[in-house]
Amino acid sequence: MQLSATHLWMIPALPLLAAAIGSLTPRGGRQLAAGTAIAAMLGAFVLSCGALVTALAQPAVHGYANFAWFTLGNEVVRVGWLLDPLTAFMAVMVTFVGALIFIFSLGYMKEDQNFTRFFCFLSLFAAAMLGLLVVNSLLLLFVCWELVGLASYLLIGFWFHKPAAAAAAKKAFLTTRIGDLGLLLGLLWLYHVRGTLLCYDGGAGVLEQGSLTALAGTTVAGGFALSTAIGLLIFCGAIGKSGQFPLHVWLPDAMEGPTPVSALIHAATMVAAGVFLVARVYPLMLADQALASVPVHALTVVAGIGAITALLGAAIAVAQNDIKRVLAFSTVSQLGYMMLALGVGSWVAAIFHLLMHAFFKALLFLGAGSVIHAAHHEQDVRRLGGLGRRMKATFATFAVGTMALAGVPFLFSGFWSKEAVLHAAHAWPVSSLPLLVGLVAVVLTAFYMTRLITGIFLGAPRTDAAADAHENSAVMTGPLLILAACAIGLGFIGTPAWPWLQSNLGGIVVELESIWEAPGLMLLSIGLVVTGLGAGWAVYGRRRNVNASSVDPLAQAAPGLFAVLAARLGFDEFYAATFGRANAWVAALADGFDRRVWGGLVSLLARFGEFSGLLNREADEDILNRGFDRASAAVRGAGQTYSRAQAGETHGYLRTVALAFVVFALVLLLGGVR
Amino acid sequence: MSPLQGCLLLSAALFSVGLVIALARSNAILVLLGIELMLNAANLNFIAFWRFHSGAAPATGVIFVLFAIAVAAAEAAVGLALVIALYRHQKNLRLQEATRLRG
Repeated sequence: MQLSATHLWMIPALPLLAAAIGSLTPRGGRQLAAGTAIAAMLGAFVLSCGALVTALAQPAVHGYANFAWFTLGNEVVRVGWLLDPLTAFMAVMVTFVGALIFIFSLGYMKEDQNFTRFFCFLSLFAAAMLGLLVVNSLLLLFVCWELVGLASYLLIGFWFHKPAAAAAAKKAFLTTRIGDLGLLLGLLWLYHVRGTLLCYDGGAGVLEQGSLTALAGTTVAGGFALSTAIGLLIFCGAIGKSGQFPLHVWLPDAMEGPTPVSALIHAATMVAAGVFLVARVYPLMLADQALASVPVHALTVVAGIGAITALLGAAIAVAQNDIKRVLAFSTVSQLGYMMLALGVGSWVAAIFHLLMHAFFKALLFLGAGSVIHAAHHEQDVRRLGGLGRRMKATFATFAVGTMALAGVPFLFSGFWSKEAVLHAAHAWPVSSLPLLVGLVAVVLTAFYMTRLITGIFLGAPRTDAAADAHENSAVMTGPLLILAACAIGLGFIGTPAWPWLQSNLGGIVVELESIWEAPGLMLLSIGLVVTGLGAGWAVYGRRRNVNASSVDPLAQAAPGLFAVLAARLGFDEFYAATFGRANAWVAALADGFDRRVWGGLVSLLARFGEFSGLLNREADEDILNRGFDRASAAVRGAGQTYSRAQAGETHGYLRTVALAFVVFALVLLLGGVR
Repeated sequence: MSPLQGCLLLSAALFSVGLVIALARSNAILVLLGIELMLNAANLNFIAFWRFHSGAAPATGVIFVLFAIAVAAAEAAVGLALVIALYRHQKNLRLQEATRLRG
């Protein structure tokens, strides 16, 4: 089956339809809502596979179908669909992982009252995400981008009756909005300069050669090329959405949402949208590479942000106790890896890591969800333990996910994608810092994952909830097993020996010789993984007689550092003390201005109105009212006088008539009137 | 005395009789009767002027009178209906007592 670019819209349309149906389904229609959502996702998966077949037939060609959306004055706004291997691979990943997570949610959300609403939101999210992937216009991309943000907000705040969840939803929405502002400015600027936001349009698109040459050739303030400025503004959007330093603070809080949401949105797909965006506009980011005069290249900034984020996330993850928060910071760290790969010039490695990460991180989150569901919503590592014996399927799949994330050699997908990133960093001529940071993060990743898995599954149960846990139903373990198989098997589509994914993604044939350029690096990273795992085992694996209140061994060894890391390096407090307080100060200022200046002006006007009202009343009462009173008294008096004539006696009236007749007759007779 | 003068004297007499009846009697029916007499006195004048005046247009006086008779018939119908209502209300027809507009 093949799906051309013209029909690409059907992929997001299916989940959108499911969302529409779900929104109209009453609360009781659980099977209808879940059924349509899962069916739509599977349908979208089939269509995505068709699109992949089409794309792989000509991997180096960007297939697109543009059409006019609407006309505004003389401007015809054109949008379109874009089909290339990047779109197709992403769409297949999103629909496949999405469908599995939808199925897992059947079990996880079974007891929730708002089951239909949940599936409606999930479908809406999937539609927005798939829309973001298939569009050929940065305008439509921005629309979908915001829709994804909306769906994320709705799903983080799904349990909005919990204050923490409502606050986390708000925080995620506002924090990503800061990045989106940059993205919007970048797009506006781009439209202002180029007059179009189509990516590819027969030579006129913004990502094609003519546009890129023009953008790179224009210099703006500070010696930056225009392409650098716009690229960095667009990258702001990616920073917000992909949880990069310094806007990463929303992602760990987003774990207040239901765990399938964390798996789908905040680990596998949505947060990857930022990476996807940078990969999509990669020609624009690359445009300034040839210029020697610019102060900094756009991609250098990307690499720097990515490296900081990778290290930061991994370090903080070491000291977290909530399962989902450990995984959240691990996501932050892995997204940093992807940005790092983009920055050092290998977007193919970044997308490879993105795809692999999506599978094993979804697996880890669903595993965590399985644990949380079994242990009666207990998600503190210190209060679990010993679950491995009773939850064998979850344990085994979680272990696979852990090894994939840590990068255990050869068998696991994470190893190959991480190697690709590290090799790309190694080949970067500008600086070796990203490579160094990446290697340190490798050790930390292996270490905190060992800490997590030993804490949950080994040892003795530390609370009743943990002791009472038992394996979940097949609807939950099934997706885990499938994802675990992917976490093992999928890495082989991108191994150095058979770089099928890389060659198709980039439309380039990778030379086999280039892989073994740095064999020492691979050995080094394997050694670091082993070091991390070993250290984790040494510290946590052989602990005995621990209970829920035992102090973490690291906290004993270095209490100061551990506390700082556990407090997430104080970013939240820092933002609260700076931006939060500045905001409060501005608000207080505005409040005071409103009260004093505007309020004074308004009350002055009110006083004036009051005074003129007083004058008015005096005039009314003294002049008008009294005058009318007197006139009406006179009229009443006259009426009383005349009413005496109307006594009601018929003969009286007749007499009057006769008298009048006589008077008239006399007047006529005596010739008074002639 | 010309026939016109005779007619005018007759009508004046009729009118005076009607006026006296209307003013002097207290029975509502008789008052109505007096009013009819006065109307017919006026009708007689119309006919007389038409008959004995040379410059009058053909049938002018007759048309006036026919109108007056039609109006008088309607008036009599309404007047008699009022008389019946008055009798039902106060069990007699004395106009001196019919002074109130409220029932």
